[in-house]
Amino acid sequence: MIRVENLTKRYAGQAAIRDLNFEVGKGEIMGFLGPNGAGKTTTMRILAGFMPATSGRASIAGFDIFEQSLQARTRLGYMPENVPLYGDMRVTEYLDYRAALKGVPHRRIAERVGDVKELCGVKDVEKKIIGALSKGYRQRVGLADALLHEPDLLILDEPTIGLDPNQIRQVRELIKNLGRQHTILLSTHILPEVEMTCSRVTIIHKGRIEACDTPENLLGKLRQAGGVVLEAKVGKDNGAEELKKISAVRDVTTDVDGEWNVFSLRVESGADVREEVFRLATARHWTVRELTQRRATLEDVFVEITHADEV
Amino acid sequence: MRKFYTLLSREVRSYFYSPIAYIVLVFFLLVSGVDFYFQISFMNQRPVPYSVQEAFFNSVFFWFAFVLIFPLITMRLFAEEFKLGTIEPLMTAPVRDWQVVLSKFFGGLVFYIILWVPTAFYFAIFQYIAGRPAAGSIGAYWGSYLMLLLVGMFYLSVGCFASVLTKNQIIAAIISFCAITLLFFLGLVQFILLDVSSATRDLLGYFSALEHMGTFSRGVIDTRPIVLYLSMTVVMLTLTHQAFQSRKWRL
Repeated sequence: MIRVENLTKRYAGQAAIRDLNFEVGKGEIMGFLGPNGAGKTTTMRILAGFMPATSGRASIAGFDIFEQSLQARTRLGYMPENVPLYGDMRVTEYLDYRAALKGVPHRRIAERVGDVKELCGVKDVEKKIIGALSKGYRQRVGLADALLHEPDLLILDEPTIGLDPNQIRQVRELIKNLGRQHTILLSTHILPEVEMTCSRVTIIHKGRIEACDTPENLLGKLRQAGGVVLEAKVGKDNGAEELKKISAVRDVTTDVDGEWNVFSLRVESGADVREEVFRLATARHWTVRELTQRRATLEDVFVEITHADEV
Repeated sequence: MRKFYTLLSREVRSYFYSPIAYIVLVFFLLVSGVDFYFQISFMNQRPVPYSVQEAFFNSVFFWFAFVLIFPLITMRLFAEEFKLGTIEPLMTAPVRDWQVVLSKFFGGLVFYIILWVPTAFYFAIFQYIAGRPAAGSIGAYWGSYLMLLLVGMFYLSVGCFASVLTKNQIIAAIISFCAITLLFFLGLVQFILLDVSSATRDLLGYFSALEHMGTFSRGVIDTRPIVLYLSMTVVMLTLTHQAFQSRKWRL
């Protein structure tokens, strides 16, 4: 659906993205992850045909985004960051206008506009002026707009930014459902979102792709370096030293929470040291209130990748 | 063509969404109404060698209002889209750049025409009350309104160009106001060049909207100004299109 080859964009000599290469297959939900200024929006704007790349090629559904821009644009629905809308139009009026602009046949406009209003939950504000809508509704109007012409591909730039937790959940559900019929490329820096909705994740940092894999595989890489957290009262013992005696434990860091000590153990890949920790604790008569295997999250992957060069 | 029509209809409607349209309409009707009133009361005092219609289209009031309305009509066309970011959904929809540029120009033109429609009633009312026509002939009306359309198209295209250069509406308005005022006064320079050769005066006269209006409002249709204004409009719209496209590369 999307094919990107050596895509580079320079602003005034400074590269915003450098030699991007990736593909998104039909039916995939690709998550675009990266810190602010990593080049996510730039990439999406180029793909949406809003601006040309400095070099490299990209195509959507087989149409070159620069040479056959109009055909490519017909096949994608794009929701820009912060969803700019005409604040002086009413919701239905705006969607009617956008449908006509996107070439939806005249007799189908009413039907399509009705469908997307239903789907995105903007039915109850359809007569309101867009400028008077809350952020959550504006976001949904933007999404409805992107869906109007039944595009094969949806490009959503930060679809959940600025929404409250309930709205985020609703939008996430919506995206997941849309993923059944559409290919989706979405960007975000909310990590659980990617874990929950995306079938593949591309982590982009300083204009380069640092990792591109399924969320499971990315986590798998980190899980090897997972750890155990122990919260205990250790009395006069030096807890960290005792814990280090366990053979699979590589490193122990200690935090103090009142009279409790919080030990974070980094262990060798694949090892589960919880049993040994428990035995040690009973042998030394430590009072334990928590003993958990810490799960690696995408956040760890993200932090590890995007901080790697700064350390 | 359907997309162009869709864009055009939004442009025209969007004037009436904002209070600007109504402010411009009221201001314009006020000034043109006062103009019409003064011309008639002036003519009531002494005999003059011209008609009401000629007086109306050639007065200081008329030109004052005329030069002022263009920045107000055109300043928002592109600048507002840039400012609000709505240019992004607009240009990622399958529309061509020229469709956008032309729809904005013609949107402005439609509003401009709407602005002038009420003035036609002035003459009808005059004829009804005074019992005689406001103009020497029907052709004089046609000439005046044709010239309004021609100069209007040119000045609107200048305004379009100013608006595409910036995302600040005030800056767009100031640029177009300066440019249009300069263009207008270029035609007046001939009156202070009394001692200069008549060739220079003639040349400047070719650009004088004032002089063109004088001719056309008598019902004389001269092809030279028609060619001048149409070709200048095309030039300005081409420049607007170029500037609009170059935005992509400057981003």
